[in-house]
Amino acid sequence: MKTKKLSVPYLIWLTIFVVVPLVFVVYFAFQGENGFSFENFSSAVKYLPTLKKSLWYALGSTAVCLVMAYPTAYIFSRIRADRQKTMLLLIMLPMWMNFLLRIYSLTIILEKNGIINKLLGFVGLGPFNMMNTDGAVLLGMVYNFLPFMILPIYSVMSKIDNRLLEASSDLGAGALTTLRRVVFPLSFPGIITGIIQVFIPAASTFVISQRLGDGSMLIGDLIETFFIGSYTNFGVGSAISLVLMVLMLIFIGVLNLFDNEDVGDMLI
Amino acid sequence: MKMTRLISAILALSLLLSCMALLSGCGSDNQIVIYNWGQYMSDGSDGSEDLVARFEEETGYDVVLRYYESNEELYGLLTSGAIQCDLVIPSDYMIARLIEEGYLDKIDYANIPNYKYIMDAYKGMAYDPTDAYSVPYTWGTTCLIYNTKMVKEAPTSWNALWDTDYKGNVLMFRNSRDAFAIALQKLGYSINTTSETELRAAAAELVKLRENWQGLVMDETFEKMEGNNACMAPYYAGDFITMQEVNPDLDYVHPTEGVNIFVDAMCIPTGARNKAGAEAFINFMLEPDVGKANIEYIAYSTPNSAVYDLLDEETKNNPAMYPAEDVLAKAEAFSHWPEATNKLVSELWLEVTNG
Repeated sequence: MKTKKLSVPYLIWLTIFVVVPLVFVVYFAFQGENGFSFENFSSAVKYLPTLKKSLWYALGSTAVCLVMAYPTAYIFSRIRADRQKTMLLLIMLPMWMNFLLRIYSLTIILEKNGIINKLLGFVGLGPFNMMNTDGAVLLGMVYNFLPFMILPIYSVMSKIDNRLLEASSDLGAGALTTLRRVVFPLSFPGIITGIIQVFIPAASTFVISQRLGDGSMLIGDLIETFFIGSYTNFGVGSAISLVLMVLMLIFIGVLNLFDNEDVGDMLI
Repeated sequence: MKMTRLISAILALSLLLSCMALLSGCGSDNQIVIYNWGQYMSDGSDGSEDLVARFEEETGYDVVLRYYESNEELYGLLTSGAIQCDLVIPSDYMIARLIEEGYLDKIDYANIPNYKYIMDAYKGMAYDPTDAYSVPYTWGTTCLIYNTKMVKEAPTSWNALWDTDYKGNVLMFRNSRDAFAIALQKLGYSINTTSETELRAAAAELVKLRENWQGLVMDETFEKMEGNNACMAPYYAGDFITMQEVNPDLDYVHPTEGVNIFVDAMCIPTGARNKAGAEAFINFMLEPDVGKANIEYIAYSTPNSAVYDLLDEETKNNPAMYPAEDVLAKAEAFSHWPEATNKLVSELWLEVTNG
């Protein structure tokens, strides 16, 4: 009873800023010229290639983040406790700054006459064309989302008792076997959380592609243009958003199958 | 138990109150709410004069400043009814649309004696033929900015953007209206055409340009052109002057096919709570010395004859800011497209950018 009352402010907040907007999205998505219809969805079909491209980017950046984050998180979790804190601080530090500013600074680094090309110029290399490419967009996404992969994996790994690793090696397992059969299964919930935390925002990324890419849009940019612009179409914009939301729910559902125990953790 | 009930009640109440405050905005007789573009009014930064502070001191009004990034954003704010506001500064084509749809109020010129300073050239413009709804604030043109060290010869036409020698080296506007204007002018069509054939032809040109452009940009143009990261960019002539101060290798041209001339004007939305205050502010901005301080800060061109007379010779004779007659004769202002054309262009633009 007590806890219920305490949650009232949160419930009000949730209603105003989550439930009501969601109802609007669903309403607009199914609202055709003459009432209920699927016409918004049929006119959204032609944007499937953009959706596909966005999902590929999201998948790519999630994979790169995972490959980079896993060893990092492992090393962090095995060093001295006071150093762990410093390392975590260093990971979090860039997140104290707004992501837009970080993307702007990336453009200065990657430009034709940017910092990297200037440095390479001193040793007679380049200039390389890095700005306004697919690679730049991927880099921007990885740069932006990497901490969201490292932190959950680290938090699970830091709870793995060192004695388990010692026991594993006492029983004759090599480093690789220990990693594969002890560390990996124990850190699995962290991986799942990390994948969700990176993939979902990555799939709906916008601005990053506009600033670093070659002018083509990702699905997030597309949704934006349907809500802000000289010709707005809330119906099609909502239909695309709804499709994206359903895909994300399916994605989370599938990942949940792999890891039933930590459903609660993952949705946070 | 009592305590938690009290706390949750207080929290809920404060949440509700803050929501209501957001929705209603606060208003008193004395307050004027102005929606303007960012960095578009002399505000005391960089050694300029803080005009709003001076206005408040002289008149006793309390001015609240809010900002928007594009005409379209302002349109969304005004038409959704979500904001309370007394003065806005949209551009020509958006003013036409707002008038047509009934979102602007007629201005009482009895309260604006300084209107006499507005040059005849900026009265009776196509977007507001009777001048009932708008008082010109600034004007300017688009132009083609290029880096003299990076081009093989000085461009004279929009065609230069399509030159494959500059592949990956040219920039383009990230907004459909300006981008289509350039493609339409290249083809010799009006930038206000409603012909589907002409608009499709323009879209096809933009698809071709896609192979050549480095990316779509707005404010990034400054960083790209100042840092020699691109050789050519269409942009606003007022901003060229700012860029050239940083990078002297930059030059500009008004392409022979013609350019876009734009006027931003002060308007009062319907339902303004403080119309008298808004009119007092408009009159204040037209004061010669106020207008001069303002125009020197924002570096666009002035439609105010008294302000123009006060400018130094160098500015008056700068053809980027005050172009020659032949350029102005070929310059075309945007008019408001009908809904069907807006829809078509928006779909074509998505095809261009997602092709």
